[in-house]
Amino acid sequence: MAASTSPHADLSAALVLEPAASADWLVILPVAWCLAIGALLVMLRRKIDWHPYIAVLGLAGLVLIDILLLRHVLASGPVTMVMGRWLPPFGIAFTVDLTGALFALTASVVALAGGIYSLADINDSGRRYGFYPFLMLLMAGVSGAFLTGDIFNLYVWFEVLLISSFGLIVLGSEREQIDGAVKYGFLNLVATTLFLITTGYLYASFGTLNMADIARKAEGLAGTAPLMTLTALFVLAFGMKAAAFPVNFWLPASYHTPRVVVSALFAGLLTKVGIYALIRVTVMLLPLQREELSFVIALAGALTMLVGAFGALAQSDFRRMLGYLVVSGIGSILAGIAVGGPGGIGGAIFYALHSMLVMTALYFASGVAAKLGGSFSLSSLAGLYRRHAGFAALTLMLAFAVSGLPPFSGFWPKVMLVKAALDIGAWWLAAALLFTGFLTTVVTGRFFLLAYWRDAAAGEGTTVSATISPAALLPLTVLVILALAIGLYPEPLLSTIQSAAASLAEPSAYLNSVFPGGAP
Amino acid sequence: MEAWFALLVSIFFTVAVYLLLSKSIIRVLLGVAILGNAVNLLIFTGGRLTRGVPPVVPGHQDALTGPAANALPQALILTAIVISFSFFAFLLVLAWRAYEVLQTDNTDEMRVAEPKDEPAPPLGY
Repeated sequence: MAASTSPHADLSAALVLEPAASADWLVILPVAWCLAIGALLVMLRRKIDWHPYIAVLGLAGLVLIDILLLRHVLASGPVTMVMGRWLPPFGIAFTVDLTGALFALTASVVALAGGIYSLADINDSGRRYGFYPFLMLLMAGVSGAFLTGDIFNLYVWFEVLLISSFGLIVLGSEREQIDGAVKYGFLNLVATTLFLITTGYLYASFGTLNMADIARKAEGLAGTAPLMTLTALFVLAFGMKAAAFPVNFWLPASYHTPRVVVSALFAGLLTKVGIYALIRVTVMLLPLQREELSFVIALAGALTMLVGAFGALAQSDFRRMLGYLVVSGIGSILAGIAVGGPGGIGGAIFYALHSMLVMTALYFASGVAAKLGGSFSLSSLAGLYRRHAGFAALTLMLAFAVSGLPPFSGFWPKVMLVKAALDIGAWWLAAALLFTGFLTTVVTGRFFLLAYWRDAAAGEGTTVSATISPAALLPLTVLVILALAIGLYPEPLLSTIQSAAASLAEPSAYLNSVFPGGAP
Repeated sequence: MEAWFALLVSIFFTVAVYLLLSKSIIRVLLGVAILGNAVNLLIFTGGRLTRGVPPVVPGHQDALTGPAANALPQALILTAIVISFSFFAFLLVLAWRAYEVLQTDNTDEMRVAEPKDEPAPPLGY
């Protein structure tokens, strides 16, 4: 082959020569869009009055792009686009399958809700400090993590979202925040460094970073490469990002300290990115090792659920209680990953999507409750039902949803998870799931009783504002309606999730999309 | 040579973990800096160590003739160095702010966000 010396080298062996179909550009558009809007906002740093509107329009555009992307993936299967036209596994590939598209869409809905809520929560100094550019860059990181098909690229997106989250968590610089940010910052940095260590080992054993290539080669390398070590390290790193017991303590130490909208976005987005990465790596890339580790993951899941639920029971601060409920939800998702199979993985994905919507909405509710009642503390919040019955109804629906009671979005994933656990004979895991549901009901019931039904005279709460700003009520209402709609009519989402879980376990369509001609 | 580097990396990791487990933020910071370098060395070693062999394919050939170091891990390290440097810079400033605001660099005394004896939630009304 003298082709390499001739000026007319055969480029088709290394490069994608035909131009990408215009629909395929949707794969990269969410990231590019967020980065562009973020850059625009930085350029307009003197026009802070424009920031919220540009950001909300930008996030609405992101939701639209993600809807189109999901439709495209539903219609034509996983879509791949490579950077710089280099053929995979050498070019960095963005590959979107149903799981990635579903997560990206839910994340963009949550972010849009946060963007609208921020109109009521972020004042001029927050805008001047750069809340909106940070928000857009955070979304670039989150979208990139959901859409990428390259494991080192996933690490880079983790860092992008982490550095943006640092900017958001210290916004305001109060004493509490600095304290929370120290713990959040150090422990998350250690978690992403663990991820980088694992990526280094992975490259040394596989010689590739492309996820499809890894999935293809994993079985052949099972005898020679230290795949169990890799999987265990991945579980630890992503478990730490997702706040799984026993590496969960950074979350309840920090999530109640920043602005309400920042807490809400973190609760909806960040831990779920960890969960998504865990599902992607353990279910698609290293499935055999996941089976061997399943008992460890199940145990961690059960303990995470219980620690979260008992922790929530012991809190007298609304937002700290919510932090523990986030942790408890992560436990349920881990249980699904441990059980595996279409029911377990489907349940885990469903629970993650439900948790993104509902936890964000609950944090919004905590912010509204504090505006109405003047405090986050359960000992002084009182009489919210009398003050605003509609808001009380919204919160009650969220309480039902987070406890996994019908007819809300938390019910179906819980049913799937319990059934999947019973099907493989893990009765203790099913019992832990149900007991956690019961404890969560107690937690939310008590807090509703104290903060909403108790007469205001009994508490010391003072009314700070008698009305709720529409910018706060609108996103809360929309998220509650979504949770109710998913609970009442789960069929379309359920069937999409089931095919997403099936294509994770049997990723031939994913592989075909990355390597259309079979093995290179 | 790889074996010696593996030993060196393990020493780096040991020191980093020891420092990270400390209660004093300034030591934890040093641990973070060493941890970042340990990872970079690890990836560097994972990409094969050869001395004075540039991984350049000669003009009349299609592949490398002898073993040479893989250039990709070095590119990965370049990314990782930039990231860990920026994180270290942020954490350094954060630690300084924490010392200014909280008047301590002992993590045991950083209890503003989670006060030590918080009242239990009300039992009834």
